[in-house]
Amino acid sequence: MIYEGKQKIWSDYQKEIPDDHYFYVRSCIRQSFFPASEATFLDITRNKLGKDIFETEHHTTCGGIAYHSDTIPQETVMTIIARQFALMAKNGYENYVCSCITSFGLYCETMETWREYPELEAKIRENLWKSCKLEFAKPKFLIHASDLIYKYRNQIAAQAVRKLVNVHTGEPLKVVEHIGCHYSKMFPSKGVGGAEYPYVLVGMVEAWGGEIVDYPERRHCCGFGFRQYFIKGNRGYSLSNTHKKFESMEPFKPDLIITNCPGCPYFLDRWQYVIAESTGKTYGQDGHGIPALTYEEVAGLVMGYDPWDLGLQTHQVGVEPLLDKMGVPYDPSKKYLGKNGKDIGEPLPCACLK
Amino acid sequence: MVDFGFGLVPSSRINLDLFDREKYEKLVAMEPDAKICMACGSCTAVCTAGQFTPTSLREAIEDVFNAKDDKALEALKACQLCGKCSMVCPRGINTRHLILSITKVYSKK
Repeated sequence: MIYEGKQKIWSDYQKEIPDDHYFYVRSCIRQSFFPASEATFLDITRNKLGKDIFETEHHTTCGGIAYHSDTIPQETVMTIIARQFALMAKNGYENYVCSCITSFGLYCETMETWREYPELEAKIRENLWKSCKLEFAKPKFLIHASDLIYKYRNQIAAQAVRKLVNVHTGEPLKVVEHIGCHYSKMFPSKGVGGAEYPYVLVGMVEAWGGEIVDYPERRHCCGFGFRQYFIKGNRGYSLSNTHKKFESMEPFKPDLIITNCPGCPYFLDRWQYVIAESTGKTYGQDGHGIPALTYEEVAGLVMGYDPWDLGLQTHQVGVEPLLDKMGVPYDPSKKYLGKNGKDIGEPLPCACLK
Repeated sequence: MVDFGFGLVPSSRINLDLFDREKYEKLVAMEPDAKICMACGSCTAVCTAGQFTPTSLREAIEDVFNAKDDKALEALKACQLCGKCSMVCPRGINTRHLILSITKVYSKK
């Protein structure tokens, strides 16, 4: 890799990210898959960094899952999105931050469509008023939650209690960064670093002491792909995508995968189990998998959060080898205890994946 | 091993450098229209033989491009040369002639 060339590209793709005062919208599937990630984001930004991040229980799905599964018309999706934006304006905010990459891509697509077809925007404005009696508004700044953590990465590093470093060898951890396709592949100018060399997660890893792994299939899709996964007959394609990525990254022996998308950590995590149980192949060391974490979970680890409070027990691939490498203290007996010490149940052991 | 009801799909990656392109070049020299097909599938949609057999000109063109000679011949085996495909081709390809040329160039007899 020619580092100077990438630096030039990154400098061309820098987006403006306001420092404070955001309207936050959650992701449908992240709340189910990795429920503590969004809570960690809010805790870090509000309580550790003192930022004004507002959220309301009245916001809904963006409609992205239905849209990408071809089960909902685009105008309906746009009206749902217009409602979210109207809630932002109603609560006195003009900066919009979303937790989901698919939502982010869809918001970018919608705003771009409205810019190109003002008559469609007028129609949506009318739909919004007829259906919800809300005033139409558009955000001044539309950003993804990972953009915000990227902006605060040095402040987080300043408060960090540990680095992304192997405490036994003193070497930086080898980190694979995986960006959700809808972050900047559709609109490269909307993502930090563009589509080819997105810098958003690289910046975080570098600031927190890790080393980025550059491997051939780095920009390949995680395999989610909506219809590839939802329809069982196509699910083999989803699995094969993930398999291709892991085969490509395996020779570099990564310690960790960091992602900024709801689907990517899920599929990079769960498909390791399916590949292991159906073919016997594992990609980590000594029969373990490679932990695939969200950027909030990684930020939480370097800031000293308890791994079980971060929800790391909800991952299929065991995180204990990573925690040992980083020197993170943890109590194995509390792994499957949820909030208030409630037993959340321990999954059955896997045959191949440790 | 666990059977999940789905599994890894064999890679469809083709390295064209590994195949002999002589026949394809010969076909294109005879029938330059083979290159202008955009794989819309209109020919396959109207194909009478395609209703009952796996006949597909679209697939055959793709197969000869990807050096899958036998598959291409199989996809054209049941063609009756009725010519309905030539009536719907948006690129105006003389499909009947193309089918005959493919059979001529790729036939092993």
